[in-house]
Amino acid sequence: MRIDTVLKKYEAKEENLLYILHEIQDGSDNNSLNKKDLEEVAAYVGVPLSRVNGVVSFYSMFSSRPRGKYIIRLCQSPPCFIKGSVNVYEKIKQQLKISEDETTDDGLFTLEFSSCLGVCGLAPAMMINDDVYGNLTEERVVEILNNYRNLED
Amino acid sequence: MMNIYTYYILLNIDDVTLAEGVKEFEEIFKKKLADSEAKGKVKVLETGTPGIKGAGISMIVYPGNVHYAHLSVSDIDEIIEEHLVKGRVVSRLTIEPVAERLESSGLNPQDIKLQDRIVLSESGVIDPENITEYFAVQGYEAIGSILENKLPDIDVIEIIKNSGLKGRGGAGFPTGIKWDFTRKAAAEKKFIICNADEGEPGTFKDRLILEGNPHLVIEGMLIAGYAVGASEGYIYIRGEYDLSIRRMEKALAQAYEYNLLGKNLFGSGFSFDIKIKKGAGAYVCGEETALIESMEGKRGNPRLKPPFPGTHGLWGYPTIINNVETLANIAPIILHGAAWFRSFGTEKCPGTKVFTILGDVRYTGVVELPMGITLREIIYGFGGGIKENRSFKAVHLGGSAGAVFDESILDVPLDYDTVKEHGGMLGSGAVLVLSNTVNMRDYLENVLLFFKHESCGKCVPCRVGTARLLDMSKELIASKDKDTILSAMDKLSETMFKTSFCPLGQSLKFPVQSINRYFHDEI
Repeated sequence: MRIDTVLKKYEAKEENLLYILHEIQDGSDNNSLNKKDLEEVAAYVGVPLSRVNGVVSFYSMFSSRPRGKYIIRLCQSPPCFIKGSVNVYEKIKQQLKISEDETTDDGLFTLEFSSCLGVCGLAPAMMINDDVYGNLTEERVVEILNNYRNLED
Repeated sequence: MMNIYTYYILLNIDDVTLAEGVKEFEEIFKKKLADSEAKGKVKVLETGTPGIKGAGISMIVYPGNVHYAHLSVSDIDEIIEEHLVKGRVVSRLTIEPVAERLESSGLNPQDIKLQDRIVLSESGVIDPENITEYFAVQGYEAIGSILENKLPDIDVIEIIKNSGLKGRGGAGFPTGIKWDFTRKAAAEKKFIICNADEGEPGTFKDRLILEGNPHLVIEGMLIAGYAVGASEGYIYIRGEYDLSIRRMEKALAQAYEYNLLGKNLFGSGFSFDIKIKKGAGAYVCGEETALIESMEGKRGNPRLKPPFPGTHGLWGYPTIINNVETLANIAPIILHGAAWFRSFGTEKCPGTKVFTILGDVRYTGVVELPMGITLREIIYGFGGGIKENRSFKAVHLGGSAGAVFDESILDVPLDYDTVKEHGGMLGSGAVLVLSNTVNMRDYLENVLLFFKHESCGKCVPCRVGTARLLDMSKELIASKDKDTILSAMDKLSETMFKTSFCPLGQSLKFPVQSINRYFHDEI
């Protein structure tokens, strides 16, 4: 039902594929695209399923694996690296007990590596969903993660 | 009744300051102002970035042009009580004016034209969300005069050619020549694409232009459209650039409202529409043909060139793809003329360049300077030198795909040609400064990790080469014969340069070979 409402908004053209996928993913329960959705989208747009799968696997914003409610995108680019992004990564790992591309058992957080987020003046930086956090230190990371946990209580 | 204010405060709202909580700061600041003796005497205006920034929450107070930076909520009382009520500048919160910084590092501020700003001249001065403020700085006069005077398209292109403007996305191709190819191409439809898929690590200049003065980019696209005979434009913005997208949406809506976009503009018969396309997170999509593929809804794999997008681009139609900074130069050139533009910069590369300064410097941020400036002036003058008593080791110039130099590069006048002669590229203008605390092998590994992650996988040299180079950089840790590994890395990157499909694989030789050349002994 939900997917039909999204499809109706777009003309059945391949150029709309990325937008359709974005919107379906944003509206999903687990920040991802499932096989059935992709089949329906392929049929609607009129391209082979393999083409749709290719698009999903290409762009880092899409995922075909279920992800957490909050997606942490930690910048791994050189400007953040020289400012200590590795320490930030270790701290997140220790706090959430997950590594790259893993999701916490409670389904709250997924940790991903990201290329430059364009906030290098604030390195090291990360995004959690649409919010940018910069000048990260180990203490600040703990504080930020706790803020998100508290939202759930 | 019109209110006369004693002070005007420009508060810098961009993605960077939003992340630092500027909105909360502003709310508390305004509330405390209203409860203070300065009530009614101070006007707070939101602007984009005022140039050299990235200094946390920051504001400029007029009169006096006082720059406060790295502000937090706990500083508010002091600023209000001391400065806005008693008129005494809180010097502990100000940042050292650039002229003094230059002098203290032994440079003569007179030698540098500090006011040479073209694309950022109004950023931080006008409200980017209000089109009438852009009108006040001659906004839309360039396209207006072209259309009202019925200036032939070829004359517009001639002005751009004569200005010597080169594409600011990295490759440095002359903009006027590019436009002329598309003007000459016969087709029922043509497109203008503004490339705002800024992904080069260390680069955030386009975002600040879009956030500081979006109408300048729209006007540049209108002029490009008129010059080549296109009536449709797209702005391809990185999906992560939330504020840029929102400001641009607002700017487009306002331009339509004033009939500066749409049908029959200025009664000339020329029509132009602009839409925003959001990117989905792929570095390679900054490459123009990959960007086109992505806009068509496909994987962002680059296409074989030729044919170039200028004749066969979006859906096969002739397409101009210009970087944000390039387009932001267009309206000022039309307004003031090619000769005026040539009064900035160098003979071969006239104009200015927006640089981002980051890494181990005291002040990080973005600054617009004439071509021909040196890295010493940028790093020690505008960046305030190396921070925390560390020493200079290296500078990674032009983004991750550029070369890493030692101090021998510091006094070279920068433009696209001179940097190329020194084995690198000016690229996006990123100036990443590395101090003595950075281990160069670790750094090399991190750069290679980035490229391995971003290689699109279409061609073998890049797909396999990036992975192999990363492995080799790790082998260096335990190896007893580092020379053999390093020369093999040089050779492999050279092969990738010659055989890769697009600039992603081709440009890896710049960081790999330069790190080996300048920092061989410490690896």
